[in-house]
Amino acid sequence: MSGAWRIRIFFLAAAGFACLYFLAVRNLPPWGHYRGPYGDVMATSSVFQRHTTDVVNAIDYDYRGFDTLGEEFILFTSVLGVMLLLRDPEKNKGISRTGNMGQATRFGAAGSYAALLVFGLYMTTHGQLTPGGGFQGGVILATASMLIYIAEDFRVFKRITSHPIVEALDALGAAGYAAIGLSAFLFSAPFLTNWMPLGKTGDVFSSGTIAAISACVGLEVTAAFLMLGYTYLEEIVSETGEGG
Amino acid sequence: MIVFRYLILLLVGITALGVVRTRDTTCQVLALSFYGLLLAVMFFVFQAPDVALSQIAVGAVALPLMVMLALARMKHSSEQQKKKQEAK
Amino acid sequence: MSQIAHIFPFLVAGWVFLCGLYGIATSRHLVHTVISLAVVQTSTYVLLLNIGFRTGGAAPVFADISPGITTVDPIVQALMLTDVVVEATVMALLLAMVVKAYEKAGTLSPDDLRLMRG
Repeated sequence: MSGAWRIRIFFLAAAGFACLYFLAVRNLPPWGHYRGPYGDVMATSSVFQRHTTDVVNAIDYDYRGFDTLGEEFILFTSVLGVMLLLRDPEKNKGISRTGNMGQATRFGAAGSYAALLVFGLYMTTHGQLTPGGGFQGGVILATASMLIYIAEDFRVFKRITSHPIVEALDALGAAGYAAIGLSAFLFSAPFLTNWMPLGKTGDVFSSGTIAAISACVGLEVTAAFLMLGYTYLEEIVSETGEGG
Repeated sequence: MIVFRYLILLLVGITALGVVRTRDTTCQVLALSFYGLLLAVMFFVFQAPDVALSQIAVGAVALPLMVMLALARMKHSSEQQKKKQEAK
Repeated sequence: MSQIAHIFPFLVAGWVFLCGLYGIATSRHLVHTVISLAVVQTSTYVLLLNIGFRTGGAAPVFADISPGITTVDPIVQALMLTDVVVEATVMALLLAMVVKAYEKAGTLSPDDLRLMRG
């Protein structure tokens, strides 16, 4: 099929989709007039039922926890796939010292790394109180670690991120989530029941399993993105023998 | 406020077209990064701070970074092949 | 006119979806295809966000407001939250496949990849 015909067929299909889509959204409740009862029920009840002030995290790690477990394993297997496809242990031997940054860059990167580290940890541990949680905190912690590569060089970055401990933490985060879910069986309760003491609303140690699961997810996301960053960087640095 | 919300939706629509119409992949990565930031602003404006926080980190930093690194690697491996052919 | 204003955000979601599909259909470069797929993905965010939106609703975080105040729908936000992060790793997997396809076939154009059957 030639390119011109493909585009013609695409526009035909797009026009059909546009007509049907317009008909479909025409009778939705007008924008800004949300009607569904579920969101309101969640918003009013989760503060009292689960002692969390951030309702989104209460839904993610508790009410909808089974689904999030599935999503977390999508993340886990994706990272596994990337590592299987791209990682080659024979490469990246004898990497010479890469870029040599100026003192100002190193100082700035190290300073912002410290600040971002604190911010990411705060985010991961306070997910049940304020916006944040394991997913956001994990991504911030991992992407902030790229600053090591900027400030120092690839060898330092490699020593930190290719350590077997990172892989173990990734697995630990994924397994921890499942284990917290399974632990409810000890109390003859259904999978992922929030059995831990709920604590005082607004306290860091409140909301029971929500905080624990959030920490597990944070661990896994951090490790996963660190491994992704390392795997992609490794290929470039090891082949060129210098900073990508 | 309502005008601002319509405006940001309009911007998202325009930028989405811009991202797919950019044919040069290096430029497209930058467009994608801008689009990610725009989405983060949209999440903030529509009262979704949780999503906005993850979108800032993922859309503006993590995803473009990975595309950049993948591009760099492919560029490098093609250079490597050229060198091999010349050596032959 | 007011009816258009009421469904405009949903139309934007459909528009973003079609933009992404257009990018995939006309793509000459596999990395471009992957980025277009990421754009298709974002159309779901626009749609979900606008379905759960309520004019004058507060963010569903009760750290500094009292429970009982009307908020926007937290459920659709929970759906998007996990998806944003998981999407990034799936994109990483797709990019890894692109890198491998390039190394095996030596081309990045989806049209030329047809030649590598078998």
